[in-house]
Amino acid sequence: MAADEREVLLQATGLTKRFPGVVANEDVSLTLRKGEILALLGENGAGKSTLVKMIYGLYAPDEGEIRIKGEAVRLAGPRDAIKRGIGMVHQHFQLVPVFTVAENIVLGDEPLRWPFVNMKSARAEVARLSEEYGLKVDVDAHVEDLPVGTQQRVEILKALYRRADILILDEPTAVLTPQETDDLLRVMRGFADSGVGVIFITHKLREVLAVADTIEVLRGGKWVGTTVPAETSQEGLAQMMVGRGVLLQVDKRAAQPQEVILDVQGLTVTDDLGLPAVRDVSLQVRAGEILGIAGVEGNGQRELVQALTGLRRCSATTVTVNGQDILNKSPHDIHALGVGHVPEDREKDGLVGPYSVADNLVLDRFAEPEFASRGVRDRKAIDALSTNLVQQFDIRTPGITTTVQSLSGGNKQKIVIARELAANPVALIAAQPTRGVDVGSIEFIHSQIVGARDRGAAVLLVSAELDEILGLSDRVAVMYDGRLVDVLDIAVADRARVGRLMAGGSKDA
Amino acid sequence: MRARYAYALAIIIGIAIVVCFFLDEIRTVSVLSFSLRYAVPLILAAMVGIVCERSGVINIGIEGQMLMSAFAGFFGAAVTGNLILGTLIGIGTGMIMGAFLATGAVTWKMDQIIAGTVINILAVGLTSFFYVQGQVLPGNTPIVAIPLLSDIPLAGPVLFNNGLFTYAAVAIPLILWVLLFKTRWGLRTRAVGEKPSAADTSGVGVDPMRFWNVTIAGALAGMAGAYLAIEAAGTFERGFTAGRGFTALAIMIFGAWNPIGALAAAFFFGLTQGLASQLQADEVIAIPQQFINMLPYVLTIVLLAVVSGRIKPPSAVGRPYEKD
Repeated sequence: MAADEREVLLQATGLTKRFPGVVANEDVSLTLRKGEILALLGENGAGKSTLVKMIYGLYAPDEGEIRIKGEAVRLAGPRDAIKRGIGMVHQHFQLVPVFTVAENIVLGDEPLRWPFVNMKSARAEVARLSEEYGLKVDVDAHVEDLPVGTQQRVEILKALYRRADILILDEPTAVLTPQETDDLLRVMRGFADSGVGVIFITHKLREVLAVADTIEVLRGGKWVGTTVPAETSQEGLAQMMVGRGVLLQVDKRAAQPQEVILDVQGLTVTDDLGLPAVRDVSLQVRAGEILGIAGVEGNGQRELVQALTGLRRCSATTVTVNGQDILNKSPHDIHALGVGHVPEDREKDGLVGPYSVADNLVLDRFAEPEFASRGVRDRKAIDALSTNLVQQFDIRTPGITTTVQSLSGGNKQKIVIARELAANPVALIAAQPTRGVDVGSIEFIHSQIVGARDRGAAVLLVSAELDEILGLSDRVAVMYDGRLVDVLDIAVADRARVGRLMAGGSKDA
Repeated sequence: MRARYAYALAIIIGIAIVVCFFLDEIRTVSVLSFSLRYAVPLILAAMVGIVCERSGVINIGIEGQMLMSAFAGFFGAAVTGNLILGTLIGIGTGMIMGAFLATGAVTWKMDQIIAGTVINILAVGLTSFFYVQGQVLPGNTPIVAIPLLSDIPLAGPVLFNNGLFTYAAVAIPLILWVLLFKTRWGLRTRAVGEKPSAADTSGVGVDPMRFWNVTIAGALAGMAGAYLAIEAAGTFERGFTAGRGFTALAIMIFGAWNPIGALAAAFFFGLTQGLASQLQADEVIAIPQQFINMLPYVLTIVLLAVVSGRIKPPSAVGRPYEKD
């Protein structure tokens, strides 16, 4: 390979960062050149975010050196990094919701007409940048009113406003529709062509192969290899990420749908502000099938799941499980009818962090005669079940008395799945079941969900990851703006078609 | 929506005041002057709350900060024989108490409610322990009538014929409004109180911003305390602030964390008190003095019950900022 002649924008050598109990990055190096898109690939917890946070000055490295445009630097904070031309688009948008687009973009680098902020010139400058880079935004809109795709454009403009020539994008596609993702990849290429160096963090292999010039792979905080798209494949990258062969395709037989278990007719739910979030949704899930709900987050999926699991009041003509009415029943009553729930926010709704693994595994059944008699818990029965489940669900924990909060995301999620599946539910409602979970655990969780289906459970799967929906579902329903726009058989649901529906396109287009 | 009700209420009160003025000039001016003077410490203390909470720090210790400042201001003036020096000592004490809260709540990332409560308890203890009877001030603070403006009917005697503290209490909310909504400091302060991580990643230091805002706000608490002891009462008693610091927090909420809103809310508060006192003095209503004294507390409870939940506080208030 010929030596690359382009100017080196950023060179990190031997970066190490330790947190109490973990080494987040160990001896990691990378080089970014002008006009290059460098993909940083790795599982959750591989240390990608830690690495870029060091480059952006949010963390100070314990060892190693960062050189920006040839000059060795010690970054005291984001301010230093910004001054040296580093811009970052954060995974969780760093925007003030109640501020306007223009206010958000100039925050920290405000044009002044002393003693006031010169909002007029701020708005003009933002409008000019928006025009120049084809990132359409309304400069006076309040960020909280904008859809996520637009908020991301604001984040990118924020970096451009600061004249960043090193642009870091941390998991930027996680919140986008497939079409928006394609647009973003094009925008990234445009930046690179104009001489900006782009660091693109992701765990989606397809995107890496589509856009990257160079791919750096991290695993467990360590650098495992560098490659280029031409020399690798999705399988090759997955192997580098995980360290072993991984099945990217879910292995499953055709569904054998039986009788209708979950029957929802005319469901309407309002959100926290009292606005309609789910509008007149009707769906049926049969025993032995997986109905996947695709859609960009925030189109009513959360409220739908909350309504079905008793966590939010709703109105509907019918909501039944196995013929029994569950409309506005308590979560406990619904659970007692055999509805398992894997909540999208496991930390908040799925687990009690300071409790032990064992206690979390019986969180829904601790008072049942099986695990308690006359108000006294039966430790032996609980421990026996827990030991069994830990083994069966491959939960990697030092022991069943370990507190759940000290485990990794993947293992936490396996505890939730184990608990919900242990009681052999007639229906399983799983929201974002593999969010923040490592590839190895994803594979396992997917097989468990398919296993539940094959044992005759009706599975309602809600996920923002289109690949997950397409890989697991037997039928795909697409949700947009609170409505089910269409329900497709998996055989005819391809990325392009579902993607169009997710973006609000009509089903005939 | 909410703003419309507030404007309607303000207009109705305004018309009522003008009508009253034509009916009974002397009593109207007297009630309004009383109301304004009553509102002065509430306004200043509410500004403390606004600056702190807009930066994301709950200051439940305003009461204690005021009490310490009233104590230090009064005895400072009595011992040095100089009212201006006493006032400055009061303001300085407020800043020190502000820095005290900032150190606990920002630097040490203590629970903000506990940090504020520590100040309140400390203030009651210290001011009671070191209290000495029989001290007197060297004189009274001057009333400064502003030429021309003080000759306007109604507004003149009420607004432009006051002590310096009163002018400050009316001017500071207006200045603070401009600072909060038009300047760089204001944009950054609000960012730090709404979404500190966004401020941090934009290069705005969250903790320094919070530390200095809380400390400087303490100076306003100091001014409120000094006013109470030096201008309003001319003396100091144990437990002197009588819950005004907490009332000010209710006023801050009622004013929707907006300095001008809080100014209006505080004046409304003073007005109910002034009106009740006048009606009682005229023996129009015959209720015991104790019930009149209860009024601000009852009103606080009622106001909070009515507005809480409808007005949104700064999102990050009460949470120490930790990088994730």
